Amino acid sequence: MAPRSSYEEWLEAYDASAKRDANFETMSGVPLDPVYGPQDGEFPGQFPYTRGVHASMYRSRLWTMRMFAGFGTALDTNRRFREIISAGGTGLSTAFDMPTLLGLDSDDPMALGEVGRCGVAIDSLADMRDLFADIDLAEITTSMTINSPAAVMLALFVAQSEEAGVPRAKLGGTLQNDILKEYQAQKEFVFPPRQSMRLVRDTISFTAAEMPRWNSISVSGYHIREAGSTAAEELAFTLANGFAYVELARQAGLAVDDVAPRLSFFFNAHIDFFEEIAKYRAARRLWAKWMRYHYGATDELSWKLRFHTQTAGVSLTAQQPEINIARTAIEALAGVLGGTQSLHTNSMDEALALPSEKAARIALRTQQIIAHETNVVHVADPLGGSWFVEALTDEMERQAEEIFAQVMEFGEGSMLEGCIKGIEENWFQGRIADSAYRLERSFNEGRRIVVGVNDFTEGNDDADLEILRITNADELKQVKRLGEVRRARNDDAVHVAIDRLTKDAVDPAVNLMPALIDAARAYVTVGEMMSAMESVFGRHVEVPTL
Amino acid sequence: MTIRVLVAKVGLDGHDRGIKVVARLLRDAGMEVVYTGLFQTPEMVANTAIQEDVNVVGLSMLSGAHLTLAPLVVEALRAKGSDIPVLVGGIVPHNDLDDMARAGVAAVFGPGASAEEMVRTINALVEGARA
Repeated sequence: MAPRSSYEEWLEAYDASAKRDANFETMSGVPLDPVYGPQDGEFPGQFPYTRGVHASMYRSRLWTMRMFAGFGTALDTNRRFREIISAGGTGLSTAFDMPTLLGLDSDDPMALGEVGRCGVAIDSLADMRDLFADIDLAEITTSMTINSPAAVMLALFVAQSEEAGVPRAKLGGTLQNDILKEYQAQKEFVFPPRQSMRLVRDTISFTAAEMPRWNSISVSGYHIREAGSTAAEELAFTLANGFAYVELARQAGLAVDDVAPRLSFFFNAHIDFFEEIAKYRAARRLWAKWMRYHYGATDELSWKLRFHTQTAGVSLTAQQPEINIARTAIEALAGVLGGTQSLHTNSMDEALALPSEKAARIALRTQQIIAHETNVVHVADPLGGSWFVEALTDEMERQAEEIFAQVMEFGEGSMLEGCIKGIEENWFQGRIADSAYRLERSFNEGRRIVVGVNDFTEGNDDADLEILRITNADELKQVKRLGEVRRARNDDAVHVAIDRLTKDAVDPAVNLMPALIDAARAYVTVGEMMSAMESVFGRHVEVPTL
Repeated sequence: MTIRVLVAKVGLDGHDRGIKVVARLLRDAGMEVVYTGLFQTPEMVANTAIQEDVNVVGLSMLSGAHLTLAPLVVEALRAKGSDIPVLVGGIVPHNDLDDMARAGVAAVFGPGASAEEMVRTINALVEGARA
C-alpha cells in the first residue's frame, strides 16, 4: 500500500475534529476549504507545525479573547472582570500593581504612590478572595501576570480557590512565572537569578504533580519586544528561555514530556504585519524541532508551541489616540493570521493611562470584528505558500538559530546556564538596548514615520480623551484594609508559617509551595512571605549600564 | 563647558527602555550622562545629583506615580540647597502638567518627544542658570 500523502493524513485529523456551527464560505457564497496547499506539503497540525498546531484551527474553536485588566483595589478589578465576561470576553488576565509585582505590601514605604496604579494591589488572601468573587474558577480560565512573587501568588490563588470549593486539580490557567525575561527586559526582579530559578522549579514540580490543568510558565517575548528588541531577538530570547526552563525541570527530575506541554508562550504583535506573522510561524517550527530532536520529546503536545498574543503597547501614540484603534486592529489581525491561541487587544488610551471601560470595550470589539465579520478565521494559515511570507519565516528561523548557538556557547552546551550567564553579563540587556536605540534614531531622523508623531500631525491638538484616573484614595483604602487584615489574624499562626517558610527556603532540596500555601491560609502577607525568602536568598541588584 | 545630566528611575517602575534611549541620544548631542540604575528613592537621586555635580536631573516615569514621586525629588534637592532643575519624561497625562509645574518640575516630555526638543530644552535651562 502506498504511504498516505500529508493531505490525506491532515484530512483524517480534520474530519475527526469538532467544528463550530458556521458557514465556511465567503460573503458572496464561495465555499472555502479549511486550508490550501499542495498534497504533499506541510498541513496544519503536522510537525513542525509551521502552519498551526491544530488541523482545523479556528474552524473548531476561536482564540480565547483574554483581556488583561487590573487597577485599584481587588474589588475594583473584580467589577472590571465581570464587565469583561458580560461583554463576551472568554478568559481573564490579571494585571498587578508595581508593589505586588515586586513582592511589597501596600504599606511599604517604597510602595508610596504606586498602589493600585498599574494594576491591582494584592496583599493577602483577603484581597485574592475579593478579586475572584462571583467568578466561577472551574469555568473561566485565568492568567496571572506575575513573576518574582509568582509562587506566592499561586499559593494565594490555590488557598482562595480551595476555600471557595474548587480543588486545585480543577483550576485551569496560567502563571506568567517567567523570571528570566525579568532580568533581560521587564526588570521587576527581587531575588538573584539562581535563587529565583529555584522558585520556578518548585512551581513547575508542584503544578506537574497537583494541577493538571495549569500552565506553569508563560514564556514571554512580549516584554522583550516592548523593551526594544527586534522581532528575531524576541523570538530567539523567548525560545532560549523556554529551553532553559525545560532543562531546569529535567534537573528537578521531571521528563521533558512532563514539562513541555505545560509551557505556553506569549508574543508581541507589533506593527510590521508580515514580519510578525513570519515570527509566529518560525516560533512553532523552531520549538517543535528543538523539543523533538534536541531534547528528545516524544509527546506531540511537547512539540506544539501554543501562544498568547498582545498587541504592541509601544506602537501606540499619545498623539491622536483614536488612531490607535487602527494600529491595534492591524496588529491583532497579524496574531490571528499567525495562528494565536489567545489574544489581548490594547486600548486606544494606553499611551496616556490605564484603559477606560469604554476604550477596553472597543478593544474587545476589535477582536470580535476579526472573529465574526472578516471571515479570516475560515482558512488556516492563509498566508502559507506566499513566497514572501515563507522566505521571511525562514529568515526569522535562521536569525534565531544564530542566537541559540551563541547562548549555547555561553552556557558551554547548556541553554539554562547560557541564559543565566547572558543575564549576569548584561548580554541580553545590551542587545535589547542597542536595538531600541537604533529604532529610535530612525524615528528621530525621520527615516521611519509614526503617524501623529513625526508626520501627519494635524489633529494633535484636539480635545483630550476621557481617561481613567487612579487617585490616592485607592492607596489609602488598600493600606487601611491591610491594617485590618493584620489586626484580625492569629499572630501565632503567622509566626509559625513564616518560620517554616524560612527554614524550608534554606534547604534547596525542599519544595516551597506547601509552606507558601500554609502561609497564605494564615494570612501572611505577600510582603512578609517575600521578606522571609529574601532573608535566605538575598536581593538582585542590576549594574546600571547605558 | 560640557553639560552633565543625571538620568534616574525613582520608585518601583522597571521600564528602562526610554531612559536608556534618551541617555544615548543626549550623549550623541555631546552631553555627559550618568544613570542611577533602577529602584532609587528621591533622597538617593538628590544625593547622586549633587555628588556628580550635574546640570540637570531627568526622571523617567511610566507607572503613574509621577505626581507623588517627582515633587519629592525636587524637594529633596531644594532641602539640600541645590537648585538643579528636574525634568520628567514618560507617561504624564495633560491634566497633570499644571501640578507638575507647581511642584517645581522644569519640563515634561511626553511620548513621542524628539531628541531635538529635549536637547533644546536642556540647553536653554543650563544657559539660563549660567546667565
